[in-house]
Amino acid sequence: MKDTFSRRSFLKTSALASGGMLIGFNLFNACKSDVKMPVDLSSLNYKDFNAYIKISPEGKVTIYSVNPEIGQGVKTSMPMIIAEELDVAWDDVYVVQAPLDTENFSGQVAGGSQSIRRSWQPLRETGATAKQMLINAAAARWGVDAKTCSAKEAVIYNANGDTLGYGDVVEAAAILDVPEEVTLKDPNDFTIIGKGKGNVDMDKIITGKPLFGLDYKEEGMVYASVLRPPAFGQMLESYDASKAKELPGVIDVITIGEKARTLLSEGKPNWSVKLSTTDKVVVIGKTTWDVIKGKKEITATWKTDSDLESTEDHDEKLLSLLHGKKFRTRRKDGNVKKAFANADKVLERVYESTFLPHNTMEPMNFFANVTEDKVHLVGPTQTPEAAEGAVASMLGRPVEDIHVDLTRMGGGFGRRLYNDYVLEAAEISDAIKKPVKMVSTREDDMATGVYRPASKYKISASIKDGKLTGYHLKEACINGNMYGLIPNFFPAGAIENYQVDSVRLKSNISVGAWRAPYTNFLASAEQSFFDELAEELGIDRVQLHMDLLDNVKKNPDANIEYSPERLQGVLKKVVEVSNWGKTADDVYQGLSVYYCHNTHVAEVADVIMENGFPVVKKVTCAIDCGIVVNPLGAMNQAKGGVLDGIGHALYADFSFKDGVPSVNNFNGYQLIRMAQTPKVDVHFIESDVAPTGLGEPTLPPVGAAVANAIYKATGNRLTKFPYAKYINVEEKIIG
Amino acid sequence: MPTFNLKINGKTHTVETDADTPLLWVLRDHINLVGTKFGCGIGQCGACTVHIDGNATRSCLLQVSQIEDAAITTIEGLSEDGSHPVQQAWKEIDVPQCGYCQSGQIMTASAFLNENPNPTNNDIRNAMNGNICRCASYNSIEEAVKVASEKLS
Repeated sequence: MKDTFSRRSFLKTSALASGGMLIGFNLFNACKSDVKMPVDLSSLNYKDFNAYIKISPEGKVTIYSVNPEIGQGVKTSMPMIIAEELDVAWDDVYVVQAPLDTENFSGQVAGGSQSIRRSWQPLRETGATAKQMLINAAAARWGVDAKTCSAKEAVIYNANGDTLGYGDVVEAAAILDVPEEVTLKDPNDFTIIGKGKGNVDMDKIITGKPLFGLDYKEEGMVYASVLRPPAFGQMLESYDASKAKELPGVIDVITIGEKARTLLSEGKPNWSVKLSTTDKVVVIGKTTWDVIKGKKEITATWKTDSDLESTEDHDEKLLSLLHGKKFRTRRKDGNVKKAFANADKVLERVYESTFLPHNTMEPMNFFANVTEDKVHLVGPTQTPEAAEGAVASMLGRPVEDIHVDLTRMGGGFGRRLYNDYVLEAAEISDAIKKPVKMVSTREDDMATGVYRPASKYKISASIKDGKLTGYHLKEACINGNMYGLIPNFFPAGAIENYQVDSVRLKSNISVGAWRAPYTNFLASAEQSFFDELAEELGIDRVQLHMDLLDNVKKNPDANIEYSPERLQGVLKKVVEVSNWGKTADDVYQGLSVYYCHNTHVAEVADVIMENGFPVVKKVTCAIDCGIVVNPLGAMNQAKGGVLDGIGHALYADFSFKDGVPSVNNFNGYQLIRMAQTPKVDVHFIESDVAPTGLGEPTLPPVGAAVANAIYKATGNRLTKFPYAKYINVEEKIIG
Repeated sequence: MPTFNLKINGKTHTVETDADTPLLWVLRDHINLVGTKFGCGIGQCGACTVHIDGNATRSCLLQVSQIEDAAITTIEGLSEDGSHPVQQAWKEIDVPQCGYCQSGQIMTASAFLNENPNPTNNDIRNAMNGNICRCASYNSIEEAVKVASEKLS
């Protein structure tokens, strides 16, 4: 595979004063022409490039990993791509997390399962370029044509049988021109990509070394715990901190909020997240326990600033919107109205889901040290660039003053896209002039968080002469909505008369992205509906999908993002490997097929009845994500997504009463546990197509696979999350 | 403020703190052993699991005044170099995703296997049920505990 591209715009190399070579690259933006590479690592300011490969004279390779690591595995898989093309032994590679570079980089984000998809080509080119420069340096030393030389596992060979190690020529290579043209490997020759590589932080994780934001400490650092209003819609009126201040470990009690309020009122935050602008009481103390204890001793009074909302009211208003007329049309094909008017039969169902907290295992926290010279921020964020910008704006400082170091994150799931907790840490440090670690408790996280919005769907299908003629999906959702390409996902393009409409209900509850935003419930609704539709039409469930996807192939549509061939591919695969339709009589199977985040997935859930209650025993999953970069990491993502999806579909219950969340810790909120987990059997479609992400795509379809299997087992159609709450009680008693 | 002498990973540490301070925060903030994690603070998630005289115990609920005479083992003391069979099994199966809950999972698994070196799959599923993994790496944890049991026997 030959690949030609202009290198000069985004690659720079430098000889290191300490020996060795440093190659820097910029994934998405061209470097500024006056950018110079640093001459030794101690002067590396990370402002010029996004990532670096460092090669020492001994041939050891350090790869600086760019993107935030939230458990999706990019700290292992992205450096694997560089190492493959650089052609070094993976065991000789040392991976280091790079801090934020805001000047030249626009993609240092963990979100949307996009890291691998967007960086695949640039990472390969970077590794290949470094390799070519090392070959060129060796060829020059030998006085031979570089075209007659090759390299493998950090050793360069020429036609005469001479060899040189990368380390032998690294200093000469560093001062060569960057080649205009390099050759990328044939995927058949990959020795790292496609081979399972363990998590690069494994040894630290299993021995308990400091890795996460909560583990970060600095000399002189104090701790802070923030008291926020107990209900959405409330603001701080007054407080009494006298008892808290008597505690020996409490240093001070202050309020913050003014600076964040000014920033938030300027409309800086993310699309759907409306964060509270209240003042907050902050307990500063010597240890985490001191501030947790201190906060309990604060007596605060709160005033009502806007409505104190309840789930009951939300449900009523959302249903009213869903049955009303105030919609924005997102996609319209043919004439749905006419199709429904002419229908012999209309199938219509309403699907409902709750708010969901993210519940990252590592609660929100951040370190901030605001000084006159600079602002140092350290901790877990999926959007470090946004954090830097927000803190700079809030404190009235140039972004050059802000330095963000990234820690490994104890989960993200979308919660750490929103930097409210980073702003709090910075505002506290600015107020007390000390390095501080803001630490949230589980209760803080679950009850004063950002949530997946509650949403409802009404899906209708028109049937004429035994055929599906029209499909109309309506969405009513709190604050946020489906947008952009989502209405162009399956079944868009497959049905002649097709329409998607959405409407929003405004609320003062903070909502935002939650793992697989937009589709995490939508897929369950649609794929449950198709199961019922197939039954109504008297068509085999698999055949209905194959036929609909054939329609897409016959009528190509430029707006359709999914590939009908690849969806059919995963469907066929899952039918084959799940033993679909051929299981024992007491095993009930449910199917779901979905495309999101650029990846195609089909899943079959096997349910059996145990003591009269349906239990998911196995989920078979077929995935087409193109080339699988790291099979070990990919398997972990796929299985984790499936089990996470089952847990939240079956058990996660979260509501509001007068603005206050119904639960605030794991004693009242059920996350899936091991005894509830089925075995997940994952099959990847063999492919040489460029890879797409896996952090999210296996989650959305599984709810419907489970619901469809439970229907077969119990005759009960489930349409509301959490399913376990609505499984027919009579069925529970039988047996 | 009272002082307490704690035997942690074979060494005695003297800490000065309130008698009601949970062992979790003594480990993390006073002694700098941050491998033991904070997850819920109410004994529901298992991220803070340590061994007290060999038994898996939630350190977030255990007050420092209750454990002066006990032998406390944290993830940092399970082995000197990560060579405990449970740690090795975790590595072999590549269990962690985000990794945050895994020290608690390993501490629960290692105490359990000490008691029951030849567990059935159901024994494993019940023993590990108190530890939440938000990334849902449960299939891999289950497999790793099995592998560890084979290493131990």
